[in-house]
Amino acid sequence: MAPAHEAFRDKELLRRLLGSIAEEASRLGPVRLMHVCGTHERSVGRFGLRSLLPRNVRIVAGPGCPVCVCPASDIRAARKLALRPNAMLASFGDMLAVPAPGGSLLDARAEGAEVRVVYSAYDALALARENPGKEVVFFSVGFETTTATTAAVLSSLGQGAKAGTAPHNFSLISSNRVVPPALEALLSPRRGATDEAPAIPAVDGLVLPGHVSVIIGTEPYRPLAERLGIPCAISGFEPVDLARGILDLLKQIGSGRAQVSNVYTRAVLPGGNERARALISEVYDTADATWRGIGRLAGTGLVPKPAYRSFDALAKFEVGTEVGSDDEATGCLCAAVMLGTAESEDCPLFGGPCRPESPAGPCMVSDEGTCRIRYEYGGAR
Amino acid sequence: MCVAAPMRLVSVEGEVGQAELGGVTRKVSLALLPDAAIGDYVLVHAGFAIGKVDEEEARLTLEAIDAISDKREASGGTDDGPGA
Repeated sequence: MAPAHEAFRDKELLRRLLGSIAEEASRLGPVRLMHVCGTHERSVGRFGLRSLLPRNVRIVAGPGCPVCVCPASDIRAARKLALRPNAMLASFGDMLAVPAPGGSLLDARAEGAEVRVVYSAYDALALARENPGKEVVFFSVGFETTTATTAAVLSSLGQGAKAGTAPHNFSLISSNRVVPPALEALLSPRRGATDEAPAIPAVDGLVLPGHVSVIIGTEPYRPLAERLGIPCAISGFEPVDLARGILDLLKQIGSGRAQVSNVYTRAVLPGGNERARALISEVYDTADATWRGIGRLAGTGLVPKPAYRSFDALAKFEVGTEVGSDDEATGCLCAAVMLGTAESEDCPLFGGPCRPESPAGPCMVSDEGTCRIRYEYGGAR
Repeated sequence: MCVAAPMRLVSVEGEVGQAELGGVTRKVSLALLPDAAIGDYVLVHAGFAIGKVDEEEARLTLEAIDAISDKREASGGTDDGPGA
C-alpha cells in the first residue's frame, strides 16, 4: 500500500480544496499572501497553483532563498580563502555561480582555486579528512533546516577537539540565517532605529516554511500573529498542503483572526525537533547579519560560540567581511523580487541578459531563486 | 535549499541509517533524530534525517479533508441529496 503522505498530491482532494478556497475567497476583497520559502515557490510553479486560485487571491514570493540573501561580502571572503595556497573551498552547488562584484566562486575556480560541490556539511568534513594537506573551508549557507545539519557537524567536531580527533584543517564560513526574526523585522510597520532595511509591504497572510518549522516548531512565529496581527499557516510542499494552508489563511482573514496554524501536522511538532534546536543553541550565538539586497537585520545571523571559534574560518584566517555597498551593483531587481515588491517579469534583465546560464543576480542562480523558478515554469499569475 | 524528501528507513546502525525512496537507497545521519526506527518515514535534508513523517497523522488529515469536502458538497447538493 502506498504511504498516506503520497496522497497529498491527489488531484481530487486538491479540486475539492480549491472549491472551498473559491467559496471562502468570494466573501473577501483582494488578498495578498506571501510565502517565504524557495521550495514553496517551486511547488507553486510546478503545479501551476497561481492559475488555479481565485482572481482576488495572489500569492507572492518573499525572501525564501538562503543562497539569494547571502551577502556579496561573504562571497568575497569565500573567494579570498579559496584562492589561498593549499586551500580547498566546499559549498552547496547553488552557491558557486552566484554573481558577486569581483567574481563568483566558479570564477575563482577558473583562476586556479580548488572549489568543490558538496551535498552536506559532512561531505565537506570528509574532504578535510581525505585531504590532510589542504585547508578545507566549508562555505555554509542555509536557513534552520540546513543550519541543524551544520550544527550537528560542529557539535561532533567540538567533542572531537576535546578527544584530539577533530581535523585541524577544517573550518567554515557561517552565512546561515534565522527566519522568524527576519520576518518580524521586515513585516513590522515601524522599524527600529538601527534597521536600515526596507520593509515588506503589508501582507494579508503568511504561508510559513514547512521544513524550517520541522526544526523550530510553531512557537517562534507567534509574534507575527500576536504582535503584528498577521494570519500565519505552516504548510508542507505538496499541492494539497499548500491549498490547505491558503484555505486556512482565508478563513482566518474572513473571521478577523490572526494565529499560527499548523497544517503540516504530519511533520511539524509544536516544539519542533528538540535535539536539533538544542544542537543549534549549543554551537551558535545569534548576531546581526546582512541579507543581500535587503540590509542588516538584528539577530538573524549565526556565529560559532567561543568554544567553536577554532572552526570559524573568518577568525582562523583573519579575513574580514566588510559590509559592501556594492551588493546591488548588478542592476537587476533581485532585491525587490525578494521583498515581493516586484515580480521577476518586471526586471528589465529577466529572460534577456539574465538567464540561468548567464545570471545577473542571485535569484536566477539558485534552484530556490524566484527568478530561476519563474524562468522554468513561467507565470506570475 | 530546504527540500527534504520523505524516505523509508530500512536499516539503523548507531547514528547512521539507510533510507530508501523509489528503489534508491542512501546513507543518512540520524544525529538529529536519534529515536528513528526501521520502518519510519523520515524527511531527509542534506544527508540528515531531520524529522519523522507521522503516517497516522497524515491519514487523519486526509480523512478530515474528505469530511469537510463531503459536508460542503452535501449542503450545496442536489434536490434528492441527503441535505445538510
